[in-house]
Amino acid sequence: MAEYSAFSLLKNALTGNKDWKPAWRKPDPKASYDVIVIGGGGHGLSTAYYLAKEHGITNVAVLEKGWLGSGNVGRNTTAVRSNYLLPANTRFYEHSMKLWENLSHDLNYNVMFSQRGCLNLAHTPAQLDDFARRGNAMRHLDVDAELMTTAEIARLVPALDVSATARFPIVGGLMQRRAGTARHDAVAWGYARGADRRGVDIIENCEVTGFLRDGDRISGVSTSRGEIRARKVAVAVAGSTGQVMRLAGIDTMPIESHVLQAFVTESLKPFINTVLTFGMGHFYMSQSDKGGLVYGGDLDGYNSYAQRGSLPVVDEVMSEMLALFPGLARVRMLRSWGGVCDMSMDGSPIITTGPLPGMYLNCGWCYGGFKATPASGWCFAWTIAKDEPHDINAPFTLDRFHRGLVIDDKGQGATPRLH
Amino acid sequence: MLITCPYCGPRDVIEFTYQGDGNRERPQPASQDLDAWNAYVYDRLNLAGDHNEIWQHSGGCRAHLRVVRNTLTHEISSVAFTRGDHKVAARHKAEGKI
Repeated sequence: MAEYSAFSLLKNALTGNKDWKPAWRKPDPKASYDVIVIGGGGHGLSTAYYLAKEHGITNVAVLEKGWLGSGNVGRNTTAVRSNYLLPANTRFYEHSMKLWENLSHDLNYNVMFSQRGCLNLAHTPAQLDDFARRGNAMRHLDVDAELMTTAEIARLVPALDVSATARFPIVGGLMQRRAGTARHDAVAWGYARGADRRGVDIIENCEVTGFLRDGDRISGVSTSRGEIRARKVAVAVAGSTGQVMRLAGIDTMPIESHVLQAFVTESLKPFINTVLTFGMGHFYMSQSDKGGLVYGGDLDGYNSYAQRGSLPVVDEVMSEMLALFPGLARVRMLRSWGGVCDMSMDGSPIITTGPLPGMYLNCGWCYGGFKATPASGWCFAWTIAKDEPHDINAPFTLDRFHRGLVIDDKGQGATPRLH
Repeated sequence: MLITCPYCGPRDVIEFTYQGDGNRERPQPASQDLDAWNAYVYDRLNLAGDHNEIWQHSGGCRAHLRVVRNTLTHEISSVAFTRGDHKVAARHKAEGKI
């Protein structure tokens, strides 16, 4: 029987909730493992989970510099969607969506996945044409997409300013009904528990300080808690990719680290029941189950490893919010924070073997990493276990930039701050 | 964040446009060295700490500036015109900044 169930809730309620086990152990690192995963965020934890579950590789350590889930998995705005234009991205994110749809059941942990839809607003006829093209591309690959009229949008989101006198009048939108949100901390905790119960050691407060080598092969890591050896070392450290790869002697990567801010307001009564994006700037918003409006906008726009942003972007995001919802003018913002994003040169990720023998690399998530969490771990686990990529992540190589095979969904070129 | 433009003085960051990593070296226009071009377009040092970068004072004097800014603290330690940049580059190289 599953550890968490209606029956176990009832039983533990009656016995004073004294018999629950911690969701994961706090083991000391062993001298060696089959696989070391560097990075205890969503992607590292899901990688360990799928290594154990799909490939039977359980002698695995996940090394986390801070505490579990202290990075971007707990800092994002929780949106999950697969509404991409290019086939490589659509296939990958749709695989992720399918894993999301069964994730709570699979993990026996409620990640509160809520398919409330994601609506991209169009503000010019040309933009609506572009959305129709993307919607058609999605439907070609069996992903749901529908164009909505302004009247339909007004019925779905009554608070929206849909008047013709709005600063940027809304002319329609592209809706993916199966998109939605999930509780981001629960995703980290659920994967951690699932991996731990299958024998994976999750080692927190363990910073990697260097790589061990056996000839030219990577054979382990030195850490703040001693040396740990492994046949395979996998790197899934998002914004810290440049720093960790430099420890392995690789000085340049097709990655820039940028800070992205996010915001939450005080709790409101039900206000918006979908994930909404603004088409004339960069703004996205949903409402959490607690009632806070969760929203964000663009990167600050310059390289940063500081997990905090600057005020001009706050100003811009708020003005975009008010352009859509004049009625929110007096709502108070409760908190804001920043996360460091690993912006790749084409806006698409990297999940690959190498670049050194014995090493595996997962990075370049830009600010779309949360929705990718299940598929990223699933594909990375496959790549680590079989020493070759799955068809789904085969396009996401590291050398695609030098080979002219970029996957640039937004068509921005090699300007990471604009992806 | 304030950037002290050598011409206009200290101004808010919203007056400036970030033009990216200043560590990259552009090959000579006639160069057919594909690796050098690829490295220039795609590869980044992505330093944590003092970072050599190009900004334009687009909302002011429109000068292009070479800025050394700490990516961990956002502290700016030097701002100079890119005009006559070979001299600046030589100085940065001498100071070990690039």
